[in-house]
Formats: sequence, structure tokens, C-alpha cells
Amino acid sequence: MVQVRQSTIIDAPIEEVWAILRDFNGHDRWHPAITSSEIDGGEPADAVGAVRHFRLADGGELREQLLALSDKERRLSYCLLEAPLPLMGYVASIRLKPVTDGNATFWEWRSEFHPPEHRRDELVKLVAEDIYRAGFAAIRNLLGRRGAATPAEARPSPAIMPSRPTGVVPRSTPVPSILAPSLGTQETTRAILVDRYGGPDVLQLKEIALPPPAPDEVRIRHTAIGVNFIDVYCRTGFFDLLRLPGVPGMEAAGVIEAVGAAISGLSVGDRVAYACPPVGAYAERRNMTADLLVRLSDDIADEAAAASLLKGVSASFLLHDVHAVRPGEIVLVHAAAGGIGQLLVQWARHLGATVIATVSSDDKARIVERLGAHHVIVYSREDFSEAVMRLTAGAGANVIYDAVGVDTFAGSLAALATRGHLVSFGQASGPVGAWDIDRLASKSITVSRPNYAHYTDTPEKLAPHVDRFFTAFRQRAVRIGQPASYDLAKAADAHRDLEARKTSGALILLP
Amino acid sequence: MTKVYVSSVIPAPAADVWKVVRDFNGLPDWAPFVAESRIEQNAHADRIGCIRSFTLRDGGRIRERLLALSDYDLSCSYAILESPMQVENYVATLSLTPITDGNLTLAEWQAEFDCAPGREAALTQQIGSGVFQAALTALKQRFGR
Repeated sequence: MVQVRQSTIIDAPIEEVWAILRDFNGHDRWHPAITSSEIDGGEPADAVGAVRHFRLADGGELREQLLALSDKERRLSYCLLEAPLPLMGYVASIRLKPVTDGNATFWEWRSEFHPPEHRRDELVKLVAEDIYRAGFAAIRNLLGRRGAATPAEARPSPAIMPSRPTGVVPRSTPVPSILAPSLGTQETTRAILVDRYGGPDVLQLKEIALPPPAPDEVRIRHTAIGVNFIDVYCRTGFFDLLRLPGVPGMEAAGVIEAVGAAISGLSVGDRVAYACPPVGAYAERRNMTADLLVRLSDDIADEAAAASLLKGVSASFLLHDVHAVRPGEIVLVHAAAGGIGQLLVQWARHLGATVIATVSSDDKARIVERLGAHHVIVYSREDFSEAVMRLTAGAGANVIYDAVGVDTFAGSLAALATRGHLVSFGQASGPVGAWDIDRLASKSITVSRPNYAHYTDTPEKLAPHVDRFFTAFRQRAVRIGQPASYDLAKAADAHRDLEARKTSGALILLP
Repeated sequence: MTKVYVSSVIPAPAADVWKVVRDFNGLPDWAPFVAESRIEQNAHADRIGCIRSFTLRDGGRIRERLLALSDYDLSCSYAILESPMQVENYVATLSLTPITDGNLTLAEWQAEFDCAPGREAALTQQIGSGVFQAALTALKQRFGR
């Protein structure tokens, strides 16, 4: 008999860690060794006695049975029924304890088993390192999204934008001349320059060179710069949209100051805005290719455009292209008090839908109620899929907009109507992971995974959404709250507040 | 029955931390609010049933009986016999658990007691923050953080 015991501290509240670990069938969504898992006989995963049948990345298949599950002690025990390795009599348990000094979680993973003597050391090492310690690292990465020191690979991607392996967002092209030190007569501009990936402190105001615009570029003097969560991912290096040294930011409004030789239809003095790569918006002035610039009419303020263009365009294609919301449809919006969530709630209601919103707190519920949601579910207090079924007399939602990811995906499938449509456009809580699509047949479910670039990367694709959004804005079908503004030099403060979830509306930087 | 639970990560191996906290007569050595301590009737400090009598820096006197001590589980339980806190049926447990990742220690200190209605919150605060957490914080600092 050998005993293996590993323990660690996870820098996240115990409820968050337990929510992931208590799902006996959810390990394929976080453990790197496991590619798929299902419960034999379709039993619920929290029924003691349930058997999970899962497959490893190397093709091995295992079956394990849940022996005990306690939400009181936050403990889960299980034994191995079948495995490709001789882990005879393997019984393991996972236990969490709160660290009240701070808000962290102690996690212990232990087991006993009888290995063949000649493979004892090898099997102990495999269990301790490849299973337990690898699991610790995966959960730490999954939950450590606010920590700058965690490895980037397992961190979630932000709403709308693709995760790294798909590689479909246009990469920023390095423009070394912009970053060269100021020389003699060359013009310069103040900008936030990131010269190493890391926390908010790497956002430093510098004077950088500004060459004349290329033939297909215009030079813009920014008046307001949008701050989005994707900027955080650029700053930390999670996305390689920002190459070092580089200027972050993908959304701004301003005035054209100079035009390249090949530009037609835009002239000096025009008011414009944009919400697209390449990065470089955190600057007083920049050069930008002209094709995705949006001309601003007089009734759209610079601050409003910088605060809402990216979110508004996203809401437009989500509600009109990804799923064309029709009057009478039941629309569920997760994280409804968030930036895009607020727009989706207002706009879906304007389109004649019945809007059900989920939020995390009562304060956010009040915000969403004021925006016109017909029903608000505080998901920390009640099971949202059950609530949706109750509110819809068992019919379910016709379309669900879900940027929360792993925490809500299963519940969203359960809350859908027959022939319902789940639009998964982000994973703030962690990647959704691998799912067996066969189960979608039970309700003829459609799942969409839209990517911002694919709906906006040409003027032809972008223009209808910009027009639609600004029209909705003018009609006051959607309202945009006053953005919180920061001096450009204080970009680090803006990022700190954004990451601490201190903000409820949009954030902008003022040069 | 009111419960208090406090836990901290101590930056040292569990065996090293246990050496310090295992001594039932050793509170003055590491708990900042204890001025002096003795074991009644000249008993050994690791004898189950022994009574420690100690004086707080604010002058208060407390007598506690050792109920359980485990060098295997790294835990120690005791009951209050006399104290200025006006609590009844007070039983507390201090326990250590190794954190293999980094060779650190999880220290947990919990208590259950009865008290007059309306005093639960004040006592929970006093015991949780003023006693348990204060002592664990001192332990953390002792081991270098």
C-alpha cells in the first residue's frame, strides 16, 4: 500500500474552486490529461455511485466511481474501476479548506493504492505529478486570470476575440519606425508604451517617434480612447496582438490630422473612430490604415464613440447576424450588467423580444432592471436554468447570449428551448472545453461561436453594423452610460479598476 | 453553539511550525497577547488533561484544559475552564496541515462555544480576529513573512 498526498494553495475563494472540482464529470474541462468524460447511464454527476468514463490525451480509457461527495466539508472521494495502469485498489479524495487570512483555498488531493513493487516509484510519481500537481496548475491558471504571474496558456480569452490556437485575428504588424527613439526633426507623440508583459505597472507614458502616414494611412489625433478587457490580455502577453515594445489599445475616436497619398474620401479635420486591430490606440496621435475607420456624425460625441463602438458593433452582429432576434422570442443574456450585456438587454427588448437577464448581485440586478430586462435572475442565489424554465412555463429560451463560458455552458444548454440557439461569444470564467455534440440532438440545439474579426474585418461587413448601432443610439433604443474617464498617463489606474471589477460602465482614456 | 474558524498559510514546513505550537505551555513564546503561562500541579505540558494557567498582556487570566494532542495529526484541542470572556462549553482546536506545494503549512484554529444571546458577533470577532488571527499572524512573521 502506498499513499500519495499533494496539497497546494489556490489564490481564489473556496466557492470558486469547489464549483469546478465538485463536478465529477467536469474534469475534462480543466485537467490537461483528460480529453473527454461522461457519466455512465447519463446519471447526474453529483449522484453518489455515479461512474465517470473518461479518455486521456494518449487514448487510455478509465472508469471511476464517486464514493462520497460533501458540500459541507467540500470533500469528494472516488475509486478506480478500470484503468490501463495497475493502480490496484486506488481510492482518492479531494478536500478543500478556506484560508480565511486572505481569500484563498487550501486543496489537498490524496490517495492510497497497491502498485506492483517494481513499478511503485514510477506510479507514485505519475499520480503525484501528472495527475495531482498538473491538476493544481490547471486550476490555478483557470482561476488566476487576475494574476499577472500565471502562465498564459490556460487563461481564458476575452469575449468575442478568438483564443490563441485559432489564430484568426489579424496580427499586429510590427512597425519598428514608430517605436524608434526620437531623432532630430522627426515628429513624436506621447503614448503608453509596453516594453515587457506584466501587470498594470508596465503601462508607462513615453514620448515615441511618429513617422509620416504611409500612402494608405491617415494620422489621427485621438480625443478619447476606449479601454477594453482585451487590452489587459495584450498587456499580459496572453494575446500576441501586441509585440514588444508596443502601444496597446484597439478603440478610439479623434480627428484626422494628415492623410496618406492614396487616401480618398477622408480629409484633414474629419471626425473618425475605429474598433479594430492593429493595436496602438493608447496614444495622443497615431497612423492607421483607413479602410476600417468610421466617420462620426455631429450628434455622436467622441467619448460615446470611444466608449461604445466595439461593444455596439458586437451587439449588432450578435443580435442581427449570428442570430436574427425576432419579436416575441425569449432572449437570455448572461452577465447582463457587463459592457456588451447592457447593450444586448436594451437592444433585444427594442427588437420586441422578451429579455431574461442573469447577473451576479442585487446591485447589478437593479442596473439591468433599469435597462428594461423583463426578468432578472441573480444566478448566485438560484439555478438560472431552472428559473428560465419557470419563467417560460417550461418552454425555455429561444436564444442565449453567453460570454461567461465554462460556468454557464451546461446550464445554458438546459435553459434552451427546443430548436434553441446558444451563442457562446466569450469565456470570462474559463474555456468551455470539449463537448459531445450528440447531446445537442435532444433539443435540436444550435451552438454558434462567433469571432469579432469575421463579422467586421472589411468595410462591407463593418458598415451595416456601425450604421445600425448609431441608428439605435440616436433613437435611444440603446443608451450608453457616462464612461469613467482617466488621463492617458493614468492608463495603469484604468486597468487596475477594470481588473478589480470596480467599474460598471465603459472606461475611456483622455489624451 | 457559536463557531469560529480562522486559517492562515505559514511560510515554513509543518514540522517546524508544530515544534512551536505543540507546547501547551508555550503561548508566551509566540502568541503576542500572552504575558506568562504555567502548567498547574507541575504536570508535563503534553499530558492530556493538564491545565495551563496564563495571563494576558491586558491582565486577564485564563485556565484551559488540554483535551487532545496528536503528533500524528498535528493538532491540539483544549477547553476553557475560566476566562473573562463569559463563554460556556468552549472547545478549540489548533491544527496544522502540510502544504506539499512549496513545503508550507496550513494552520487552522477553530472554536465552538455558548454565550449569552446577542454577544455572538462580538465574541466571534474578538476570538477570531483578536486571538486566533493575531496569533497566526505572529506565527507567520516569526517564520519570515
